[in-house]
Amino acid sequence: MQNYMKLEIPSKSVNEAFARAAVGAFAAQTDLNIDELADIKTSVSEAVTNSIIHGYRDADGTIYIECVIKSGKTCIIEVTIRDEGAGIANVERAMEPLFTTAPDEERSGMGFTVMQSFMDTLDVTSEKGRGTIVKMSKYIRSGDEAAL
Amino acid sequence: MKCEIEQAGGSLIVKLGGEIDQHCAEEIRSNIDRELDLKNSSSLIIDLGEVDFMDSSGLGLIMGRYKKMAARGGTIMLARPKPNVNRLLEMSGIKKLIGRK
Ligand SMILES: Nc1ncnc2c1ncn2[C@@H]1O[C@H](COP(=O)(O)OP(=O)(O)OP(=O)(O)O)[C@@H](O)[C@H]1O
Ligand SMILES: [Mg+2]
Repeated sequence: MQNYMKLEIPSKSVNEAFARAAVGAFAAQTDLNIDELADIKTSVSEAVTNSIIHGYRDADGTIYIECVIKSGKTCIIEVTIRDEGAGIANVERAMEPLFTTAPDEERSGMGFTVMQSFMDTLDVTSEKGRGTIVKMSKYIRSGDEAAL
Repeated sequence: MKCEIEQAGGSLIVKLGGEIDQHCAEEIRSNIDRELDLKNSSSLIIDLGEVDFMDSSGLGLIMGRYKKMAARGGTIMLARPKPNVNRLLEMSGIKKLIGRK
Protein backbone atom coordinates (compact mmCIF):
# COMPACT_ATOMS: atom_id res chain seq x y z
CA MET A 1 0.00 0.00 0.00
CA GLN A 2 1.16 3.53 -0.69
CA ASN A 3 -0.06 6.84 0.67
CA TYR A 4 1.10 10.39 0.11
CA MET A 5 0.51 14.04 0.93
CA LYS A 6 1.69 17.30 -0.58
CA LEU A 7 2.05 20.67 1.06
CA GLU A 8 2.96 24.08 -0.22
CA ILE A 9 3.96 26.88 2.16
CA PRO A 10 5.42 30.37 1.85
CA SER A 11 8.95 30.75 3.21
CA LYS A 12 7.98 32.25 6.56
CA SER A 13 9.80 31.08 9.68
CA VAL A 14 6.49 30.76 11.53
CA ASN A 15 5.76 27.85 9.15
CA GLU A 16 8.73 25.78 10.38
CA ALA A 17 6.68 24.47 13.32
CA PHE A 18 3.68 23.83 11.09
CA ALA A 19 5.72 21.91 8.49
CA ARG A 20 7.33 19.50 10.96
CA ALA A 21 4.03 19.00 12.83
CA ALA A 22 2.17 18.29 9.56
CA VAL A 23 4.72 15.73 8.33
CA GLY A 24 4.83 14.21 11.81
CA ALA A 25 1.04 13.87 11.91
CA PHE A 26 1.01 12.20 8.49
CA ALA A 27 3.86 9.84 9.41
CA ALA A 28 2.04 8.88 12.61
CA GLN A 29 -0.24 6.50 10.65
CA THR A 30 2.71 4.11 10.55
CA ASP A 31 4.00 2.07 13.45
CA LEU A 32 6.79 4.49 14.32
CA ASN A 33 7.92 5.08 17.89
CA ILE A 34 8.45 8.47 19.55
CA ASP A 35 12.18 8.52 18.81
CA GLU A 36 11.59 7.89 15.11
CA LEU A 37 8.87 10.56 15.06
CA ALA A 38 11.25 13.05 16.71
CA ASP A 39 13.97 12.17 14.16
CA ILE A 40 11.61 12.92 11.25
CA LYS A 41 10.30 16.16 12.75
CA THR A 42 13.80 17.43 13.46
CA SER A 43 15.02 16.57 9.95
CA VAL A 44 12.02 18.28 8.33
CA SER A 45 12.67 21.34 10.48
CA GLU A 46 16.30 21.42 9.27
CA ALA A 47 15.43 21.22 5.58
CA VAL A 48 12.56 23.74 5.76
CA THR A 49 14.65 26.19 7.80
CA ASN A 50 17.47 25.89 5.25
CA SER A 51 15.07 26.70 2.41
CA ILE A 52 13.84 29.77 4.28
CA ILE A 53 17.14 31.25 5.45
CA HIS A 54 19.59 30.05 2.78
CA GLY A 55 17.37 29.28 -0.21
CA TYR A 56 15.17 32.36 -0.14
CA ARG A 57 17.29 34.46 2.26
CA ASP A 58 14.19 35.82 3.95
CA ALA A 59 12.66 36.90 0.62
CA ASP A 60 9.26 35.47 -0.31
CA GLY A 61 9.32 32.08 -1.94
CA THR A 62 7.46 28.80 -1.94
CA ILE A 63 8.53 25.58 -0.26
CA TYR A 64 7.13 22.30 -1.57
CA ILE A 65 6.86 19.38 0.81
CA GLU A 66 5.93 15.87 -0.14
CA CYS A 67 5.65 12.82 2.07
CA VAL A 68 5.17 9.28 0.76
CA ILE A 69 4.53 6.25 2.92
CA LYS A 70 5.33 2.87 1.40
CA SER A 71 4.12 0.09 3.62
CA GLY A 72 5.51 -3.40 3.43
CA LYS A 73 7.65 -5.61 5.58
CA THR A 74 9.60 -2.50 6.37
CA CYS A 75 7.61 0.70 6.07
CA ILE A 76 9.41 3.53 4.30
CA ILE A 77 8.61 7.17 5.04
CA GLU A 78 9.99 9.39 2.30
CA VAL A 79 10.05 13.17 2.68
CA THR A 80 11.01 15.58 -0.09
CA ILE A 81 11.53 19.28 0.56
CA ARG A 82 12.10 21.52 -2.44
CA ASP A 83 12.75 25.21 -2.94
CA GLU A 84 13.39 27.38 -5.97
CA GLY A 85 15.89 29.58 -4.18
CA ALA A 86 19.61 30.35 -4.33
CA GLY A 87 20.81 26.78 -4.65
CA ILE A 88 24.11 25.34 -3.39
CA ALA A 89 27.34 25.66 -5.38
CA ASN A 90 29.15 22.77 -3.68
CA VAL A 91 26.77 20.27 -2.10
CA GLU A 92 29.49 17.96 -0.81
CA ARG A 93 31.14 20.76 1.12
CA ALA A 94 27.79 22.12 2.36
CA MET A 95 27.06 18.71 3.90
CA GLU A 96 30.26 18.60 5.95
CA PRO A 97 29.70 18.90 9.70
CA LEU A 98 30.13 22.48 10.98
CA PHE A 99 30.19 23.97 7.48
CA THR A 100 28.04 27.08 7.24
CA THR A 101 27.92 30.12 4.99
CA ALA A 102 26.28 32.13 7.78
CA PRO A 103 28.61 31.95 10.84
CA ASP A 104 27.79 35.55 11.76
CA GLU A 105 24.18 34.48 12.32
CA GLU A 106 25.34 31.92 14.89
CA ARG A 107 24.50 28.95 12.72
CA SER A 108 26.16 25.74 13.88
CA GLY A 109 26.51 24.23 10.41
CA MET A 110 24.98 21.00 11.69
CA GLY A 111 21.70 20.90 9.75
CA PHE A 112 22.73 18.37 7.11
CA THR A 113 24.62 16.33 9.70
CA VAL A 114 21.43 16.14 11.77
CA MET A 115 19.42 14.96 8.74
CA GLN A 116 22.12 12.44 7.88
CA SER A 117 22.23 10.87 11.32
CA PHE A 118 18.51 11.02 12.12
CA MET A 119 17.30 9.62 8.76
CA ASP A 120 18.26 6.39 6.96
CA THR A 121 18.90 7.99 3.57
CA LEU A 122 19.60 11.57 2.52
CA ASP A 123 19.93 12.80 -1.02
CA VAL A 124 20.59 16.44 -1.86
CA THR A 125 20.30 17.83 -5.39
CA SER A 126 20.97 21.48 -6.01
CA GLU A 127 21.83 23.91 -8.72
CA LYS A 128 23.15 27.42 -8.14
CA GLY A 129 20.40 29.92 -8.94
CA ARG A 130 17.76 27.22 -9.49
CA GLY A 131 17.02 25.72 -6.11
CA THR A 132 17.49 22.73 -3.88
CA ILE A 133 15.80 19.35 -3.42
CA VAL A 134 16.33 17.41 -0.21
CA LYS A 135 15.01 13.86 -0.28
CA MET A 136 15.25 11.75 2.82
CA SER A 137 13.73 8.57 4.10
CA LYS A 138 13.27 6.64 7.28
CA TYR A 139 12.74 2.89 7.56
CA ILE A 140 10.20 1.81 10.13
CA ARG A 141 10.10 -1.78 11.28
CA SER A 142 6.80 -2.52 12.98
CA GLY A 143 6.86 -3.89 16.52
CA ASP A 144 5.36 -7.22 15.38
CA GLU A 145 7.81 -7.80 12.60
CA ALA A 146 10.77 -6.72 14.69
CA ALA A 147 9.78 -9.41 17.18
CA LEU A 148 9.65 -12.19 14.57
CA MET B 1 8.47 28.91 23.41
CA LYS B 2 9.19 29.82 27.01
CA CYS B 3 12.24 31.71 28.26
CA GLU B 4 12.41 32.61 31.95
CA ILE B 5 15.58 34.15 33.31
CA GLU B 6 16.71 34.60 36.90
CA GLN B 7 19.99 35.40 38.58
CA ALA B 8 21.05 33.27 41.59
CA GLY B 9 24.40 34.15 43.11
CA GLY B 10 26.81 34.61 40.23
CA SER B 11 24.79 32.34 37.97
CA LEU B 12 22.24 33.24 35.37
CA ILE B 13 19.60 30.53 35.15
CA VAL B 14 17.66 30.36 31.91
CA LYS B 15 14.60 28.10 31.86
CA LEU B 16 13.60 27.25 28.32
CA GLY B 17 10.45 25.47 27.29
CA GLY B 18 8.38 24.51 24.27
CA GLU B 19 9.84 24.30 20.78
CA ILE B 20 13.17 25.93 19.94
CA ASP B 21 13.79 26.57 16.25
CA GLN B 22 15.06 29.34 14.00
CA HIS B 23 11.77 31.24 14.37
CA CYS B 24 12.39 31.95 18.08
CA ALA B 25 16.15 31.48 18.50
CA GLU B 26 16.92 35.15 17.90
CA GLU B 27 14.50 36.29 20.60
CA ILE B 28 15.96 33.85 23.13
CA ARG B 29 19.47 34.92 22.20
CA SER B 30 18.83 38.62 22.74
CA ASN B 31 17.01 37.95 26.03
CA ILE B 32 19.90 35.90 27.40
CA ASP B 33 22.62 38.27 26.17
CA ARG B 34 20.86 41.31 27.62
CA GLU B 35 20.67 39.70 31.08
CA LEU B 36 24.23 38.33 30.85
CA ASP B 37 25.60 41.80 30.17
CA LEU B 38 23.37 43.44 32.75
CA LYS B 39 24.21 41.02 35.57
CA ASN B 40 27.74 40.27 34.39
CA SER B 41 27.13 36.62 35.37
CA SER B 42 30.13 34.31 35.63
CA SER B 43 28.14 31.18 34.92
CA LEU B 44 25.20 30.41 32.69
CA ILE B 45 22.88 27.50 33.37
CA ILE B 46 20.44 26.59 30.62
CA ASP B 47 17.60 24.44 31.94
CA LEU B 48 16.19 22.45 29.01
CA GLY B 49 13.76 20.48 31.17
CA GLU B 50 10.63 21.75 29.44
CA VAL B 51 11.98 21.85 25.90
CA ASP B 52 9.93 19.46 23.75
CA PHE B 53 11.67 20.13 20.45
CA MET B 54 14.97 21.57 19.31
CA ASP B 55 16.85 21.62 16.00
CA SER B 56 20.26 22.93 14.91
CA SER B 57 19.11 26.51 15.48
CA GLY B 58 19.17 25.60 19.17
CA LEU B 59 22.68 24.19 18.77
CA GLY B 60 23.78 27.48 17.22
CA LEU B 61 22.21 29.35 20.11
CA ILE B 62 24.01 27.19 22.70
CA MET B 63 27.37 27.33 20.86
CA GLY B 64 27.09 31.10 20.62
CA ARG B 65 26.41 31.43 24.36
CA TYR B 66 29.29 29.04 25.07
CA LYS B 67 31.65 31.28 23.11
CA LYS B 68 30.34 34.36 24.84
CA MET B 69 30.87 32.84 28.29
CA ALA B 70 34.29 31.43 27.36
CA ALA B 71 35.39 34.86 26.16
CA ARG B 72 34.69 36.31 29.61
CA GLY B 73 36.24 33.35 31.45
CA GLY B 74 32.84 32.06 32.55
CA THR B 75 31.19 28.68 32.32
CA ILE B 76 28.03 27.27 30.79
CA MET B 77 26.02 24.26 31.83
CA LEU B 78 23.11 22.42 30.21
CA ALA B 79 20.56 20.81 32.50
CA ARG B 80 17.77 18.24 32.20
CA PRO B 81 17.40 17.73 28.42
CA LYS B 82 14.62 15.34 27.39
CA PRO B 83 15.73 12.20 25.49
CA ASN B 84 15.13 13.61 21.97
CA VAL B 85 16.91 16.87 22.78
CA ASN B 86 19.71 14.93 24.45
CA ARG B 87 20.26 12.85 21.31
CA LEU B 88 20.72 16.04 19.32
CA LEU B 89 23.20 17.38 21.89
CA GLU B 90 25.15 14.09 21.95
CA MET B 91 25.25 13.91 18.17
CA SER B 92 26.55 17.44 17.79
CA GLY B 93 29.47 16.93 20.18
CA ILE B 94 28.40 20.05 22.05
CA LYS B 95 28.24 18.22 25.38
CA LYS B 96 31.88 17.22 25.15
CA LEU B 97 32.73 20.81 24.39
CA ILE B 98 31.05 22.36 27.41
CA GLY B 99 30.85 19.61 30.00
CA ARG B 100 27.59 18.48 31.50
CA LYS B 101 25.44 18.51 34.55
N1 LIG C 1 17.98 25.09 0.67
C1 LIG C 1 19.20 25.66 0.59
N2 LIG C 1 19.45 26.64 -0.32
C2 LIG C 1 20.67 27.22 -0.40
N3 LIG C 1 21.73 26.89 0.38
C3 LIG C 1 21.55 25.91 1.30
C4 LIG C 1 20.29 25.25 1.45
N4 LIG C 1 20.42 24.32 2.45
C5 LIG C 1 21.69 24.42 2.88
N5 LIG C 1 22.39 25.36 2.20
C6 LIG C 1 23.82 25.69 2.38
O1 LIG C 1 24.45 24.62 3.07
C7 LIG C 1 25.08 25.09 4.26
C8 LIG C 1 25.02 24.02 5.32
O2 LIG C 1 23.68 23.78 5.73
P1 LIG C 1 23.42 23.21 7.22
O3 LIG C 1 21.97 23.13 7.44
O4 LIG C 1 24.23 21.98 7.42
O5 LIG C 1 24.07 24.35 8.15
P2 LIG C 1 23.51 25.81 8.45
O6 LIG C 1 22.09 25.93 7.98
O7 LIG C 1 24.46 26.79 7.92
O8 LIG C 1 23.55 25.86 10.03
P3 LIG C 1 22.47 25.18 11.03
O9 LIG C 1 21.61 24.26 10.22
O10 LIG C 1 23.30 24.42 12.02
O11 LIG C 1 21.71 26.28 11.63
C9 LIG C 1 24.38 26.39 4.61
O12 LIG C 1 25.20 27.25 5.36
C10 LIG C 1 24.05 26.94 3.22
O13 LIG C 1 25.16 27.62 2.67
MG1 LIG D 1 20.65 24.53 8.46
